[in-house]
Amino acid sequence: MTREAIISVRGLRNQFGPQVIHDHLDLDIYRGEVLGIVGGSGTGKSVLLRTILGINRAAAGRIEIFGKVRGEMTRAEEQSIERRWGVLFQDGALFSSLTVAQNIQVALKEHLHMPQKLMDEIAAVKIGLVGLPPEAGPKFPSELSGGMRKRAGLARALALDPEIVFLDEPTAGLDPIGASAFDELIKNLQATLGLTVFMVTHDLDSLYAICDRIAVLAEKKVLVTGTIQEMMTQEHPWIREYFHGPRGRAAMAAKSTPPRS
Amino acid sequence: MTGDAQAWLDVSEDASSLMLRPQGDWVVRHAETIDKALGAIHALDRRAATFDLSHLTRLDTAGAWLLYRTGRSLERAGAKVTYAGATAAQSTLLNAVAKSDRPIAPTPRVGNVLTNLIVRMGSALSEGGRTALDLVGFFGLVLETLAKTIINPFRMRVTSTVYHMEQTGLNAVPIVSLISFLIGAVLAFQGSEQLRRFGGEIFTVNLVAVSFLREIGILLTAIMVAGRSGSAFTAQIGSMKLREEIDAMRTLGLDPMEVLVLPRVISLLIMMPILGFISAMMGLLGGGMVVWMELGMSPAMYIERVKDAIGVWDAGVAFIKAPVFGLLIAMIGCFEGLKVEGSAESVGQRTTASVVEGIFTVIVIDAFFSIMFVKLGI
Repeated sequence: MTREAIISVRGLRNQFGPQVIHDHLDLDIYRGEVLGIVGGSGTGKSVLLRTILGINRAAAGRIEIFGKVRGEMTRAEEQSIERRWGVLFQDGALFSSLTVAQNIQVALKEHLHMPQKLMDEIAAVKIGLVGLPPEAGPKFPSELSGGMRKRAGLARALALDPEIVFLDEPTAGLDPIGASAFDELIKNLQATLGLTVFMVTHDLDSLYAICDRIAVLAEKKVLVTGTIQEMMTQEHPWIREYFHGPRGRAAMAAKSTPPRS
Repeated sequence: MTGDAQAWLDVSEDASSLMLRPQGDWVVRHAETIDKALGAIHALDRRAATFDLSHLTRLDTAGAWLLYRTGRSLERAGAKVTYAGATAAQSTLLNAVAKSDRPIAPTPRVGNVLTNLIVRMGSALSEGGRTALDLVGFFGLVLETLAKTIINPFRMRVTSTVYHMEQTGLNAVPIVSLISFLIGAVLAFQGSEQLRRFGGEIFTVNLVAVSFLREIGILLTAIMVAGRSGSAFTAQIGSMKLREEIDAMRTLGLDPMEVLVLPRVISLLIMMPILGFISAMMGLLGGGMVVWMELGMSPAMYIERVKDAIGVWDAGVAFIKAPVFGLLIAMIGCFEGLKVEGSAESVGQRTTASVVEGIFTVIVIDAFFSIMFVKLGI
């Protein structure tokens, strides 16, 4: 089976002072998949995400994005790549001085020229797509609940119809109903828009519900990647503990009993 | 028909039907071109319209929305709209877009300019009134906490107070000294220039000494401290409020008034007279230098003349005013900090308000003091 890797990371090394976060880390992200990144606290999941995005500069290693190597790109190439991805930060990171609709329009305004009316319409579509009520459009981020902020952040990430979205703990801080609804939303959007999803998460239910593949970050690198079934057979103690612990079992049980509708 | 290299629309029409063939990449990048091309499409009494999607290479939400929107307006004009040749993914996308067809207002509603102006004036006025009232309440609260601490001195946060004394007092010494020295020199220079006209340039010394000791030294210090420390208090407490640290404090049984406000108030209460004194001395020094250079008056002579020019009360007045100004600036800084809510923007607004209110209050109170001292004859 040949799959197109849209992002590939080779031999990545990240360190802050004497503290090495990643060493010889390899990872591929294939087109159209939902990749979940798991790992204990402090294993550098968010650092990995930020390094791929170019917010962090890696100490060593090669990161290839859409066939271009980070560090060897011109500014124009970097910008064109930035238009092809969307990022949802942990608490949405919405601009607090702009309304939800204006937040969505930021990228449209910056990168494209289109009449305000069309931008309003596109913002309305995105707000609908992420399941926010139309009344949320003129609201400021401080007037929204945590779950709504995440949806609004996702709508902003989708503004330019990216090929890949990066989600940093999308379900953290949501109640279980909100979290499942968000999982469902990501799954639907992924199917509808043909997205590739790179998701840092701690939420076992999300892993079971929507991830095609899981990459485990431990010992400063990607220890294993594979489907959730493959994870269950891993012998590494941390992975066993993670997927066979009480929460892991509960999430598996929830997955195997189909929800009544 | 309408052209762009990557996204365009072929239209064929006859008397009763329209055939629309979108071609190329119908993606957000080309949205403007597509929007213009579709703007030219009108039903014009035709019964049917068909979208043939089989020539599309790519379609994203923006493209799908534009297609759907055109279809919807054709339908409203009475035509029967069909979509042909759509792939499964494209149909899903079109359905998803159709489901999200709910217009939004991108910004909160704004009324007409004149009413807004009046509304804003009114709300600024009532806001100002409320702030003044709240400030008086807060003043009472600060005094109450201060009294409690005096009764039970073990409750005072010594470390915190000393830290703020260093931050607001010691660290402000260089800038306060420099500015006072320069203003003292400028005052002496300009004063001697004017007084020379009737041969009274010797009174430059009186001018500098009295004005710096009574008014300028302490006022200059207060303005600088309001800009330097009042704003810092607001920003510190404001960002703590944003991160719910103040709420956390309350739930742990700590009183923010005691932990945050009082150390700051006490530190300025103590440091303000000291800074004011330093400012007065530096002003005299600056004035003395100019007098020495311009009028040729020796430093020893200058000191003698300063002694003659000022009385005990000239210095006393400043020492009465200084703690009051310190208290007001610290109180306003903390008060505005505690009023922060919601967003980062609010921290900025409150910090501005804190500096403006601080300086304003100091000057108003200074005017009252002036009148009072004159009436008292000191």
